[in-house]
Amino acid sequence: MSTQIPSASDLAETDFGPPPAKNYLNEETTIRSWLLTTDHKRIGLLYLFTILIFFAIASFAAAMMRLELLTPAGDLVLSQTYNKLFTIHGVLMVWFFLIPSIPTVLGNFLIPLMIGARDLAFPKLNLASWYIFITAGAFTLYAVFAGGVETGWTFYTPLSTKYTNTHVFAMAMGVFISGFSSILTGLNFIVTIHKMRAPGMKWMRLPLFCWSLYATSIIMVLATPVLAVVTMLLAIERLWGVGIFDPALGGDPVLFQHLFWFYSHPAVYIMILPGFGVISELITCFSRKRIFGYEFIAFASMAIAILGFVVWGHHMFLSSQSVYSGMVFSFLSFVIAVPSAIKVFNWTATLYKGSITFETPMLYALGFIGLFTIGGMTGLFVAALATDVHLHDTYFVVAHFHYIMVGGMVLAFMGGLHYWWPKITGRRYPEPLGQLAALVTFIGFNLTFFPQFILGYLGMPRRYHAYPPEWQVWNVLSTAGASILAVGYMMPLGYLIWSLKKGKRAGENPWEATGLEWQTTSPPPKHNFDVTPIVTEEPYAYPLAASDEHLKAEKGRRALEHA
Amino acid sequence: MPEAATSRNAPPPAREEQFNDLEQQTEAAHLGMWLFLSTEILFFGGLFGAYTIYRVSYPAAFAAASKDLLMWAGAADTAILLVSSFAMAMAVHAAQTDARRALTVFLLLAAGIGGLFLCLHGYEYYKDFAEHHIPGPSFRYEGGKAPANQVQLFFLLYFLMTGLHSLHVTIGIVILTVLAVQSWRGKFSREYYNPVEIAGLYWHFVDIVWVFLFPLLYLIARR
Repeated sequence: MSTQIPSASDLAETDFGPPPAKNYLNEETTIRSWLLTTDHKRIGLLYLFTILIFFAIASFAAAMMRLELLTPAGDLVLSQTYNKLFTIHGVLMVWFFLIPSIPTVLGNFLIPLMIGARDLAFPKLNLASWYIFITAGAFTLYAVFAGGVETGWTFYTPLSTKYTNTHVFAMAMGVFISGFSSILTGLNFIVTIHKMRAPGMKWMRLPLFCWSLYATSIIMVLATPVLAVVTMLLAIERLWGVGIFDPALGGDPVLFQHLFWFYSHPAVYIMILPGFGVISELITCFSRKRIFGYEFIAFASMAIAILGFVVWGHHMFLSSQSVYSGMVFSFLSFVIAVPSAIKVFNWTATLYKGSITFETPMLYALGFIGLFTIGGMTGLFVAALATDVHLHDTYFVVAHFHYIMVGGMVLAFMGGLHYWWPKITGRRYPEPLGQLAALVTFIGFNLTFFPQFILGYLGMPRRYHAYPPEWQVWNVLSTAGASILAVGYMMPLGYLIWSLKKGKRAGENPWEATGLEWQTTSPPPKHNFDVTPIVTEEPYAYPLAASDEHLKAEKGRRALEHA
Repeated sequence: MPEAATSRNAPPPAREEQFNDLEQQTEAAHLGMWLFLSTEILFFGGLFGAYTIYRVSYPAAFAAASKDLLMWAGAADTAILLVSSFAMAMAVHAAQTDARRALTVFLLLAAGIGGLFLCLHGYEYYKDFAEHHIPGPSFRYEGGKAPANQVQLFFLLYFLMTGLHSLHVTIGIVILTVLAVQSWRGKFSREYYNPVEIAGLYWHFVDIVWVFLFPLLYLIARR
């Protein structure tokens, strides 16, 4: 008989010995050594710390909005303050939390570990991109605290250029600068994945997390410069009124929308593709089974990255765009649903006959699959020309993209953070608390955003601080959900910090997972591996995969015996 | 043993610790520069997109405004940049053949001719300034052949595209000058001249952008 494979939950109870004497965390401990580090792992942690601050501010803005919407009358804040709140929420969440979240924290930390490299290809550039990000954040926070911006995160002209007297310029510059950080990160990842793989790490042995970040990086490198152009034009138009987006002077405000969405729709995939990568890792690990359809998942990421560039027009069905281009963009938006669905089917097929356990990361991953599916399917409602006329600019759209951004990306980020937390810190978080937090987040999320689908269907428009009384019950549900969601976010903040000092020692591979990152110590040494690893097998050779092979061999042997 | 590197006076080439060998480092730097250039293409591409939209919308105004640019200066700009690119190509060749003195000279030549471009273009900007062609509150257009608003859009795009291009030329001049100093101090050899080569890629890219800008901006009304 083969030996019993220890399940992940058995391992969670084990306290492994002390960590290696020297690792990337204790090699040097001065503030200076952190601020001037070129170690990808430390830079990942710098990013984690930074984006959590932005997440907190943006969440506070969201909480104020939900409080305002508790009653139909606009009684908590003025309409202009409300406009500023959703702008702060949108700008900070999109450019200063979601876009950097998984790439700059987990991507920075994991890509070199996963491919068996000592660091990213350009470590100094990596640090520079963090400083650029900080500079961008300073501009944006200045705009927030100097009085805010009321245009929404989309900065539509002519409101942003002609009519508002708020701090559009500083905020747009913050976005402009953050783009360069994003470009440099993407460039670094692509070069690293191309040129730094360990011997034997062929493309088809690359972990799916790396594939998804490779696809993400392509979008970062090719779409973000257009954001730079459009924010630059916006700033010029606002400062000097030269007319490029002003119809009175021969300009075209819809050109702004085209350029803006040429970046911002692909950016939606920057905000979800890394989540796909995390989920692919989690699902296969906690099913103890080889991922189903590895190639399809990898190429679906690439297909999404490429198709993502040709769907931006679906944001302008109602902005004087011609019906014919509307039809083309609608069709292409349906096409991009195919690779997304391929991924969902593959994850589901991986679960089938897997040996599933429900540790915290897996709970987040399962939540992701369900919520992403709802978010994706409702995307098709708004991608269809006729239904979009009814749903455009309503809470239906708000609910749709929050199912992707929060139900998808945030859950993936939380799942990934829990999964790799032992590798990052060398400590375990308390498993039961983690499971509880995942559950609370899931319930809070659905209670917040599902009512918004109904509100949107009933016709409640986005971006108003007051509404007719008959919609109050759904808004109360949504606000109640938001408070539960807040608890779901606070809990990990508490116990993860607690675990830094008090958590159980993790050992090298607490999940019994495959992948090179689990073959080095936790926390890893400064240059990741004492000896460069040599890769000899597929990325997800989990026990059930092995027993499949065993089964096949057994069948073959019996067939031979019969013959 | 690395006798190739140590037999000469040049110090052994610098390998950064994240790379296994110099070849990997070179390949990574090349790929990085090509990716950076692809970002640049999209960066200029956004402006080329805006240019296309407005030129199609206002062909007459664009043609009229284009005539106000100094065609001879644009042609000279083009010739200057092509010569500078040639000097850059010669610099890479000099690095490959270990001609360190020639490398320094050609790098300085490429940078210097780039400086000449900036001077000539500065003169054009001066002329535009004197004629109130800078978009904004002080913009004037008295030609009467096209609405001033539409002409202003042309000049806006002209200044943005050539301005961004000149910014790139300026950055390139700084890079080439630094490389020339490093070359003079003997940093590069046949084994290690990677920075020269990727700076060359950048410099040629900047020239190619101009090759597109010249006909699009200066030659609209002249066929």
